[in-house]
Amino acid sequence: MNPSLALESAERKPSWLGRLFSGRHLVIALPFGFLLLFFLLPFLIVAKISVSEMEIVSFKDLLTYQDGVLSISLKFSNYLFLLQDSLYVRTYLASLQYAAATTVLCLFIGYPFAYFMARAKSSLQPALLMLVMLPFWTSFLIRVYAWRGLLTEGGWVADAIVGLGLDQLLLAMGLISSPGKLMHTPFSLVLGMTYTYLPFMILPLYGNLAKMDLRLLEAASDLGATPWVAFWKVTVPLSKAGIIAGSMLVFIPCVGEYVIPELLGGPETLMIGRVLWDEFFSNNDWPMASSVAVVMVLLILLPLALFNKYQAQAQERR
Amino acid sequence: MSSGNQSNTARWFGRGWLALGFAFLYLPILALVIYSFNDSPLPNVWRGFTLKWYASLASDTELLAGLWLSLKIAFMTACASVVLGMLAAYALVKYKLFTGRTLFGGMVNAPLVMPEVVVGLSLLLMLVSVQRALGFPERGMMTIWLGHLLLGVAYATVVIQARLQDMNPQLEEAAMDLGARPHQVFWLVTLPLIAQSMVSAWLLTFTLSLDDVVLSAFLSGPGSTTMPLVIFSRARLGLNPSVNAVATVIIVIVAIGVVLASYLIARGERQRQQELAAAGRH
Repeated sequence: MNPSLALESAERKPSWLGRLFSGRHLVIALPFGFLLLFFLLPFLIVAKISVSEMEIVSFKDLLTYQDGVLSISLKFSNYLFLLQDSLYVRTYLASLQYAAATTVLCLFIGYPFAYFMARAKSSLQPALLMLVMLPFWTSFLIRVYAWRGLLTEGGWVADAIVGLGLDQLLLAMGLISSPGKLMHTPFSLVLGMTYTYLPFMILPLYGNLAKMDLRLLEAASDLGATPWVAFWKVTVPLSKAGIIAGSMLVFIPCVGEYVIPELLGGPETLMIGRVLWDEFFSNNDWPMASSVAVVMVLLILLPLALFNKYQAQAQERR
Repeated sequence: MSSGNQSNTARWFGRGWLALGFAFLYLPILALVIYSFNDSPLPNVWRGFTLKWYASLASDTELLAGLWLSLKIAFMTACASVVLGMLAAYALVKYKLFTGRTLFGGMVNAPLVMPEVVVGLSLLLMLVSVQRALGFPERGMMTIWLGHLLLGVAYATVVIQARLQDMNPQLEEAAMDLGARPHQVFWLVTLPLIAQSMVSAWLLTFTLSLDDVVLSAFLSGPGSTTMPLVIFSRARLGLNPSVNAVATVIIVIVAIGVVLASYLIARGERQRQQELAAAGRH
């Protein structure tokens, strides 16, 4: 090896890592380029189309240059329409509501579940974890479909709920519209989403709770805290990161969910993912579908930023 | 903690909660499997045991063609996702500073939480623009693959990244000190250490692709109907015994696959630990 080259590489110490695959540039550029081209660019195109005028076969150019005049035409009427038409506003709000209800239910079921899993015998834990993961690996579509069978009249769950008289309670809560009819209601929709997304809540919570230093609970107990107080004052605050991660992993995809509302929801449980789908596939209104998509992304931007911040923090801490 | 009346109650409460939770997770799967053997074409009316729905699967050409297409796409998705995901994870873990790192990290994570309808719509609209300008690509297997790849890269990156972060960097440094060239360090040290996570990522992206409805619906063309699209269109119309039978077949295959894979992964991990421990003793 050329001595001056050896000296140079000794000076730039981290550079040995960078020479993989003839240079770090390739390692970064390949996935980076892929994502720029197939994730960011398409989204920018959607943003552009959402303010474009639709002509018969193509879209009108946003920028036109004619007779020495450069003109920009942005059509915001889609967005105005979204704001004015109460159907869209109601659908957005309903989507957020259903997603929030699902998140709360998942947290209510998932937190104790993850907690007891993390406190189970350590020899049992891999098996329990596997049992949580297993449905997650089997087809999501098929598991959602299965609820149709359970909730239609004569299905196991429908029979149990009606038999226990719980349908009166659901009726009183406004989750179903007539007693005994459970399918195609807000109830079946939220139940289906809770079922589907429960593992997404359990897994981050379990990861968090299993790592907790149990000596802190002993310390709390030595200082006179009852287990109940110690749980609320020590365990829950320490698992905040897991709660945030799990909630975001449930809430964000639920807002834009399409398959579950289509299979388990009804005509009155409109969700925004379905509206986008219909605008695109049934009405063929691409600019409108694009506007719906842009607003949908804006709605989940805040939770998304929160989630990314938490992810980054969790990675720094490692 | 483990003695006393109160913790005893707590323990039984815990067991009960876990049991109910698992019942909730497994009840629909159980119902599907049972009703796939139901002789009655009506849902929820039990009329004796039959295997006729399974027999009819063999001649269901629509479904079989969909299955074959789905398997091809899933295989290509898994392979490409693992390669790109490995590169992305490597870049994020090993290179702390490069231009656009924040954007890169955000873009890698975003498909995990971005609504699939938005990802599907935007990819489709881009492909349509490209097609208008260049005359290709036709919508079909390759465009579905592209969409699945986008999702797969995100998942593969997360899985491999976690493993890379846990890895002891001193192992690579030691190899360097012993005179290994950078590419040798990668192939002989880094890659064997993250191989297990790459297998997990492959399996995960394979199943994700095999299961996807929304992206496939946006990106498929005439004659490229994947299995989930066939199942979805039948499920939309109502309960269908043939769907129960397919579902049972899928569930059995996946369950065997997952159990086998995690057994093999666990065994590989143990072996690696033993080798590391043995190496440490010398």
